[in-house]
Amino acid sequence: MLQTKKTEIGVGLFLLAALAGLIFLSMQVSGLTSIFQRPGYTITADFDDIGQLKIRGSVKIGGVTIGQVSSIAIDPVTYKAVVTLRIDNNVEDIPDDSSASILTAGLLGDNYVAITPLYSKTFFHNGGHIQDTHSAMILEKLIGQFLFSINHGKTDKGNAK
Amino acid sequence: MINQIAALGRFGINIVRHYGRAGMMLFQVIYYRPSFRKGFPLLLQQIYAEGVLSLIIIIVSGAFIGMVVALQGYHTLSKFGASQQLGPLVALSVARELGPVVTALLFAGRAGSALAAEIGLMKATDQLSSMEMMAVDPVRRVIAPRFWAGCISMPILTIIFDTVAIYGAFWLGVHWLGMDSGSFWSNMQSAVDFRLDIVNGIIKSMVFGVAITWIALHQGYDAIPTSAGIANATTRTVVYSSLAVLGLDFILTAMMIGAW
Repeated sequence: MLQTKKTEIGVGLFLLAALAGLIFLSMQVSGLTSIFQRPGYTITADFDDIGQLKIRGSVKIGGVTIGQVSSIAIDPVTYKAVVTLRIDNNVEDIPDDSSASILTAGLLGDNYVAITPLYSKTFFHNGGHIQDTHSAMILEKLIGQFLFSINHGKTDKGNAK
Repeated sequence: MINQIAALGRFGINIVRHYGRAGMMLFQVIYYRPSFRKGFPLLLQQIYAEGVLSLIIIIVSGAFIGMVVALQGYHTLSKFGASQQLGPLVALSVARELGPVVTALLFAGRAGSALAAEIGLMKATDQLSSMEMMAVDPVRRVIAPRFWAGCISMPILTIIFDTVAIYGAFWLGVHWLGMDSGSFWSNMQSAVDFRLDIVNGIIKSMVFGVAITWIALHQGYDAIPTSAGIANATTRTVVYSSLAVLGLDFILTAMMIGAW
């Protein structure tokens, strides 16, 4: 009987250790917040090009994370990328003429959405839509434009002579 | 000539028979479930033998593997000035690959070999046939609890391994290499996805658990009832289940990698 008791206690502790481990893995390691999602509201923004932006990317104002990208879809008519942003409820006074741009954290970091607030006295509500958007900087495109402008400048000079 | 062809045929038939017996055993284990009330104490005992007693080796190897990965990763990452990414490196490699695979290999060596030897000896000493004489189904009484205990223990051991390894890496990174603990965790949290990384690792470990216990039980149940036969069965259990784990790991990773 004592032996059985010892076995049962051992298995019970084993299962408890597993539960504790799972909680550690979900909360501390993967930062799982979707189950206990903080209340928030969603706004959308249409971008011409979202670059490498991914779902769960962060939304920032002045470098402070205030929400995350909850979905990315394509508008079938305009062929723009429709990005849905979930903003925490404690940030509720975003002026509705604010602009959104997609920036890169550092040289090689992840893309995120930066919102630049402007001066309107009316604010975004659930389902709001950001009009003024700036697409992601694509390095290849920039290099292409740069090379093009160099060549163009040369030929212009050549013609002038 | 004809003898050689016959030998080849015998070889083929034996292989098919072998797999057939293994499949029948698995079918019996899954289909004829023992009643919960009667089977539960047996299951508990087997979880103790296979899971709880494997805990020490899992915790020790988890801690050292986590610390070694952190040390190696830090050394390489700091060359690129990316040592802040140590957390994601350790967490992803442990949760996706090292956790399930190393736990499975240790489990095959620690619990799988013991299962094969135990059942092989039961067969050699006619315990299984005397159970049948007493109208006790050895598959239900002996095989099924061991199988289910293995299937339950493997994911749990993997979770514990992951936890200990990541904590070991945290300890080494913060207290030894002098990293910032806040950036260690926050970089990890932004890189690791619960569903895609942690849960997929646990799914892998479940598959490995089924494979290892199945191979071990079948090797034991099908062993030649001599001391050499049991030795063979034990060896084959460890070799086959390690190979099965590595092969299945490749297949599962290839299936899961699309979402990463």
